[in-house]
Amino acid sequence: MSAQQIGKPANRVDGFEKVTGQAKYAAEFSAPDLTYGVVVNSAIAKGTIKNIDISEAMALEGVLQVFTHQNRPGYTWRDKDYQDKDSPPGSPFKPLYSNKIQFSMQPIALVVAESFELARYAAMLVKVEYEQEPHDTNFEANLPKAYKPKKYKATPPPDPRGDAAAALASATAKVEAEYAHPSEHHNPMEMHASTAVYEDGKLTVYDKIQGVKNSQQYLMKAFGLAEDELRVISPYVGGAFGSGLRPQYQLFLAVLAARELKRSVRVVMTRQQMFSFGHRPKTNQKFAVAAASDGELQAIKQEVFAETSKFEDYSEDVVIWPGVLYNCANVELTHKLVGLDVYTPLDMRAPGGTTGIYALECAIDELAYEVGIDPLEFRIKNYSEKDQNKDKPFSSKELKECYRQGAEKFGWSKRKMEPRSMKEGHNLIGWGFAQGAWEATQKKAAAKAVLTPEGKLLVTSATADIGTGTYTVMSQIAAETLGLPLENVSFRLGDSSMPMAPLEGGSWTVSSVGSAVKLACEKVQETLLELAKKVDNSPLQNASIEDVIFSDGQILLSQNPTQSVSIKAALAQNGGESVEAEATQQPADKQQNYSPYAHSATFVEVKVDEDLGTVKVTRIVAAIAGGRIINPKTAKSQILGGAVWGIGVAMEEETMMDNNLGRFMNHDLDKYHVPVNADVHDIDVIFVDEQDDIVNPLGAKGLGEIGIVSVAPAIANAIFHATGKRVRELPITLDKLL
Amino acid sequence: MRPFSFSQTQDVETAVREVAAYPDSKFIAGGTNLLDLMKIDVMRPAHLIDITKIALNTIEETESGGLKLGALATNADTAYHPLVEERYPLLSHAILAGATAQLRNMATDGGNLLQRTRCYYFYDTQTPCNKREPGTGCSAIKGYNRDLAILGTSEHCIATHPSDMAVALAALEATVHVSGTNGARAIPMADFHRLPGDTPHLDTNLQPDEIITAIELPSKGFAQHYTYLKLRDRASYAFALVSVAAGLELEGDTVKEARIALGGVAHKPWRKPEAEALLHGQSATRENFQKVAEAYLEGAKGYGDNTFKIELAKRAIVRALEQATNMEASA
Ligand SMILES: Cc1cc2nc3c(=O)[nH]c(=O)nc-3n(C[C@H](O)[C@H](O)[C@H](O)COP(=O)(O)OP(=O)(O)OC[C@H]3O[C@@H](n4cnc5c(N)ncnc54)[C@H](O)[C@@H]3O)c2cc1C
Ligand code: SF4
Repeated sequence: MSAQQIGKPANRVDGFEKVTGQAKYAAEFSAPDLTYGVVVNSAIAKGTIKNIDISEAMALEGVLQVFTHQNRPGYTWRDKDYQDKDSPPGSPFKPLYSNKIQFSMQPIALVVAESFELARYAAMLVKVEYEQEPHDTNFEANLPKAYKPKKYKATPPPDPRGDAAAALASATAKVEAEYAHPSEHHNPMEMHASTAVYEDGKLTVYDKIQGVKNSQQYLMKAFGLAEDELRVISPYVGGAFGSGLRPQYQLFLAVLAARELKRSVRVVMTRQQMFSFGHRPKTNQKFAVAAASDGELQAIKQEVFAETSKFEDYSEDVVIWPGVLYNCANVELTHKLVGLDVYTPLDMRAPGGTTGIYALECAIDELAYEVGIDPLEFRIKNYSEKDQNKDKPFSSKELKECYRQGAEKFGWSKRKMEPRSMKEGHNLIGWGFAQGAWEATQKKAAAKAVLTPEGKLLVTSATADIGTGTYTVMSQIAAETLGLPLENVSFRLGDSSMPMAPLEGGSWTVSSVGSAVKLACEKVQETLLELAKKVDNSPLQNASIEDVIFSDGQILLSQNPTQSVSIKAALAQNGGESVEAEATQQPADKQQNYSPYAHSATFVEVKVDEDLGTVKVTRIVAAIAGGRIINPKTAKSQILGGAVWGIGVAMEEETMMDNNLGRFMNHDLDKYHVPVNADVHDIDVIFVDEQDDIVNPLGAKGLGEIGIVSVAPAIANAIFHATGKRVRELPITLDKLL
Repeated sequence: MRPFSFSQTQDVETAVREVAAYPDSKFIAGGTNLLDLMKIDVMRPAHLIDITKIALNTIEETESGGLKLGALATNADTAYHPLVEERYPLLSHAILAGATAQLRNMATDGGNLLQRTRCYYFYDTQTPCNKREPGTGCSAIKGYNRDLAILGTSEHCIATHPSDMAVALAALEATVHVSGTNGARAIPMADFHRLPGDTPHLDTNLQPDEIITAIELPSKGFAQHYTYLKLRDRASYAFALVSVAAGLELEGDTVKEARIALGGVAHKPWRKPEAEALLHGQSATRENFQKVAEAYLEGAKGYGDNTFKIELAKRAIVRALEQATNMEASA
């Protein structure tokens, strides 16, 4: 009767608070003296503000101030004071810093008033005159100016291996193709918001962010504040997908206004303003791939051109995937940037993976057809046993098991190779496959555990829960380590006064924070054992920590589980005090020799109406090797969400740039499409068993991103199988299939 | 949102009197379109007259065997009304292809006809748009125009009318009843919405002092052979790229009468009776449907992003007519 928690499909511990509306988000915190800020954005993409007339807005009773570059207080000019933990190399945007316009919808004024309605109305009265300059927003037109950045934000392209050019020249089967991925915006349900509460010269800021420490440090530097003058709190985040990795301008503006007005200020972006900052960069990729007649891969050449801003060099891991996914001797990879007058792109769920794996997996599918080998067979043939970028073995890789279980569930063996071979009424049916990977990183993180004399455990760490289930899985890890029932454990996060945690992103939170939680609880174990020894006639007198297990509220001798001391009894020896421990967990040295990745195999069925071009994704089977699954329920949610998003990537999402205006035009949810329920049909998720003692002390790999990467290419490949058409430009909308 | 004054009326006469008396005044019904546009500063009425308390929400049979939909009947009540479902299933289907359950519960039939275009630029006050601000230019013609019109456009505006319901009403040849300071009149659907011409700021021929009181459906409902086919970028909650409302009257294989209206392609639901007439007395075959489709799209003009709609509309017409023909077979 073990009280095992890890591996249980526990309900979300914060579920009740969320569905009953008790969970408070950044825009829902209040203060007695609260005022409301509304941002005015630039109409042009490049130039200067000639004049900004705030008089009409200021004349309204209840308008407190309209902050602009003209009347803002003096603040630091140094780039490094605006750099945050996710900044790319370059010169970060500084809100209201000068009259210079760097991108369309740039924030140029903040109206603060006694009510939101008044602030919004006053914002309509701000009159701006611009001196317009020609802008560069046309990605294709600026391709000739593409450059290699001095420094890559992500992994620099791995060095060439072998001689790809020669292998391509002499290959029997070869595919050369170009794939286009559009700009996309994150669009989480919750808009970006900050409530800056001002009290006695100190600030408590409620922010939508994927890491409170990042907001705190950014504000400390930008405003020259000491740590004790500023606390940042973010208990709940209504989705972020990377948009909350960097502090966004509403945070800066709310704090600026609160400090100047000595009042509390709330600034919430509109849905339209959610298109005024970072986004997944538009990315073109040229692939040349070659294989021998037996299907052995001989060459992969990948040339990437990706959008960035003129002021920061954003780049992501688009070119690492050939070296992770395929055994290939001749590889050549380049990654260039195209600088445009737009805001700097920003990590978006599986940055680089979503774009890079999409194109790679389509190119490989094309090559499999060129050779005439079943696409899954082709992957098996060219399976990579080691990460060739780093020349290291994988810490574990059960991808073949994903192939096997996924194919069986899907019925892949019944697939006919030739396109257009299945039909049902007006619909052509196609089956497609793609595989994916995502790095299983562990970062340094800290956590604190406090066990009260009553046996209630409180664990804290300054991480975030962006809807992923952090509250729940951390509670499970803590409960398991100390052998406590889940109800006795609470986990708290999102407060800058808590122990350090990395940004919540990159699928590393369970791995990093979870390992720190485990370590802090193990320290509590040690204290508890010492206390247990003080109990009269304690059977644990001579036990060391290796000799005992913590289970069901007891400390038991593992050799003789009838001998035990209850945790309560041990706690009673602590003179009414709580037992506390704080711990920082670092990645272990042994990880150095391995490359840790999670893997996915995705099988898709589509039905394409040939006359009308409409596509329905009728079935998805996603088989995942993600190490140990801490909570199958929240894990499945991640993979389902990734699959749904994959449908959006493949067929719907695209932010449209109007190059005449230099402006993204479909800036609301009517015109920027993400999948709706009616687009989503059967999705099966399989987690294959995967043991991994290297990746981190938990053996879990993180699942936030592996669910999305191989879905869009599997859909594109299925559409080819259905129709015989290769559409190499996402999203695959109906017009491209007419 | 700019400040505005507000009043509520109980009857049509007061409503008309008030709308004539207050400068820049607007009726508000479900508010699902007007309020959105006010919040983003696209519409700036100085006075709102709430008409939801006027007793215009009934659906009644007419003496001539038709049906009269009160202007304030909700889209949901209309779509699920037994008489509509039985006699005008085309209208039910068209309404249910639009918006969401929540919106249809609020949206009224009168308001639906008067909803404004979904052109991206119309929605963004920081861009030029002749419909929103006459004389500023049309950003869409040389800009992003995937969703916009291919028929009946002008050099001043290529917007589409976004309503699904209106497309079915056009095919059914409904009549819009209105009341104004000069009394009541009836406007055939074909004349209700306008083409942009050089007055793109005007969507319809309704006068500023007129209120819609009802929409009248003639007796013929094409309940045996009909289809509303809506093609869009996702399976629900999106406006039509192209939609087709089709109704057929068949005698055996022969078409006695055909009605076709297109949505998503013009500033109004697009009818071309002379093209429909090509089918009259002809057999219901794919070839004949293709001829009608070609004739229907004659003169269509693409603007780049939306050029695909010409071919898509043709194919949609053929499919809709096939579906309408084969209803029993597929049911
Ligand atoms: C997210 C979203 C998605 C949508 N999707 C679709 C879709 O797919 N297909 C579709 O067809 N529609 C769609 N709609 C539009 C919806 O159908 C309309 O907003 C609705 O029908 C308008 O009706 P209402 O009563 O709310 O009008 P209101 O917003 O109250 O009024 C609209 C206009 O009509 C005027 N008005 C209203 N009633 C009268 C009257 N009796 N006499 C004179 N003037 C009047 C008002 O002054 C105003 O100018 C969508 C709307 C939203 C918000
Ligand atoms: S198409 Fe019409 S609504 Fe759209 S920008 Fe041009 S004028 Fe405005």
